[in-house]
Amino acid sequence: MTGAPLLQAEGLTMRFGGVTAVDAVDLSLGEVELRCLIGPNGAGKSTFFKMLTGQLQPSAGRILFRGRDITGARTHEIARLGVGIKTQVPNVFNGLSVAENVFVAAARTNSAATARRKAAQALERVGMGALAGRIVGQLAHGQRQWVEIAAVLAQDPDLILLDEPAAGMTHEEVVRTSELIREINQVHALIVVEHDMQFIRMIARTVTVFNQGRILIEDDVDRVLSSQAVRDVYLGKQAA
Amino acid sequence: MTPDRAASAPADAGPGSAAPWWVPLGLGDRALGVSGFLAMIAAGLLLMFGLPMVVELFGLVQATVFLVMAILALSQGFIWGYGGIMSFGQSAFFGLGGYTYAVAVLNLGDSSVPALLAILVPAGFAALLGYFMFYGRISDAYVGVITLTVTVILFNVMNSTAGDIYHIGAAQLGGFNGMPSVPPLNWPGDPSNALDPEALWYVTAGLLIVVYALLRAILASRFGRVVVAIRENETRATLLGYDPRLYKLIVFAIGGAIAGLAGCLFTNWGGFISPTVFGLAQSAQIIIFVLLGGLGTLLGPILGAVAIQYLISIIGSQQTLNANLLLGVILVGFVLLVPQGVVPAVRSLLRVGR
Ligand SMILES: Nc1ncnc2c1ncn2[C@@H]1O[C@H](COP(=O)(O)OP(=O)(O)OP(=O)(O)O)[C@@H](O)[C@H]1O
Ligand SMILES: [Mg+2]
Repeated sequence: MTGAPLLQAEGLTMRFGGVTAVDAVDLSLGEVELRCLIGPNGAGKSTFFKMLTGQLQPSAGRILFRGRDITGARTHEIARLGVGIKTQVPNVFNGLSVAENVFVAAARTNSAATARRKAAQALERVGMGALAGRIVGQLAHGQRQWVEIAAVLAQDPDLILLDEPAAGMTHEEVVRTSELIREINQVHALIVVEHDMQFIRMIARTVTVFNQGRILIEDDVDRVLSSQAVRDVYLGKQAA
Repeated sequence: MTPDRAASAPADAGPGSAAPWWVPLGLGDRALGVSGFLAMIAAGLLLMFGLPMVVELFGLVQATVFLVMAILALSQGFIWGYGGIMSFGQSAFFGLGGYTYAVAVLNLGDSSVPALLAILVPAGFAALLGYFMFYGRISDAYVGVITLTVTVILFNVMNSTAGDIYHIGAAQLGGFNGMPSVPPLNWPGDPSNALDPEALWYVTAGLLIVVYALLRAILASRFGRVVVAIRENETRATLLGYDPRLYKLIVFAIGGAIAGLAGCLFTNWGGFISPTVFGLAQSAQIIIFVLLGGLGTLLGPILGAVAIQYLISIIGSQQTLNANLLLGVILVGFVLLVPQGVVPAVRSLLRVGR
């Protein structure tokens, strides 16, 4: 890792009325790094992603992307800098075909012909090529997630945020997703939120654990998953 | 769909084959391939040149106003069905186009610049209004309220312009009585050579075809695909780096331009314009055209407008039934029985059939 980190969060905080969903989080991610972000329900993972993508304005703190302050920037501006996200609740164009969904993702920075080619490539990569003509709203939940991932790939961002990509997938699909993520990681940095610990073991090197809006621990995957404190928060006990 | 797309993927064009994957726009217009588009244009031209051979001048004059309303309905169908913008105020741009033409032609004599202004002024006004609505983070529901309010304001403003002091140059605005004796379109540069009613039919029908083809081209372009994507899921479009505010503003301005063109033709048709063009009845009718014909199609609003106008003209010529009552019954019946509109319903029937 050289130069400024790709992403830096400094004291990032989100309050909803009396609830502090994310509480003074400091996080740094290098170029082409893969980070897993875990934590129990309500720990603030999705809220953290929403602040990174400008969907929520932080109550306090800063976000730097390649050293540039993007705190308070609009969602589409952040996307243009090179941040893509698969949201926890699938955000797709339900009334459009699979290929059209991915085409629109690629078309912002490419000519129509190039975008069509990139869309086809992205669909092949996630194994959805055969379903290109189907209407997304008629697909199963898992398939719609693949469409969303393909769209993010076609957008070609430097940083990819995946919020629970393996949710609702069969074991084979989970394995395929983990392979895909490692492949994506050859060129893109990723932050992956997931509850499935088997999946985390397949892909992770460094893991950050959120609990009640704060970073509980950030370490090598083996140490994190064998940590008593992490087990405690997942079992609903308070960390010491 | 434009012909250039056919060249890039000839294999999956044509209405008989499964819809090519890159034909966007879901729902109604998916079924329309290149040949479908060409067939539509051909049908339009056939009507344009055929109708004058089979109907008397009186019928042709009536048909002209039907097509004027079809152009107006296209503006609503485009911004609502594809842009997802619920405007109750297309009659504002319609009226503005009509008044702009009247005022300008009374001052300038030659109709070329006035006709252009009748498109540009409503487009500019729509862009301004759109800027405040879309960049002002106004929620979608309020877009309906604001556009309706603007229409009501214009109605009241134009209504209160009775008397000699209300004039723009040589043009008296005339208050509730409106502006009579508006000169018709003329051959460019020759005000003495005015279009007769038959020529106005050709101009109106030709412009309807042009507007339809232009909207098809827009929808087939990258811009059009993004517009439809934003309608489908604004959050996703934003997360991909598109700014929905800009797209909506442009769509709304295009809708304003088309409504303004319809207003210009409407003033030409009657040689007259009055504040009733801004009336609530007019606004409601445009929405009914689109709902009946089918939201998310272009053919639907055209057919909806012509059918309703035709019905009104029939009902209007007899006394036993109240026209508004019957229209209301028809609308309720359709919304309950064919909620997606006629054109999408027919298309899905055709698809099931093959
Ligand atoms: N818009 C909101 N308004 C109020 N509270 C919110 C809002 N969004 C999230 N919260 C609260 O913030 C906390 C963090 O929520 P968040 O969705 O970020 O958790 P998470 O870690 O993604 O959980 P999960 O694993 O269940 O997806 C929760 O207590 C949640 O109820
Ligand atoms: Mg979450």
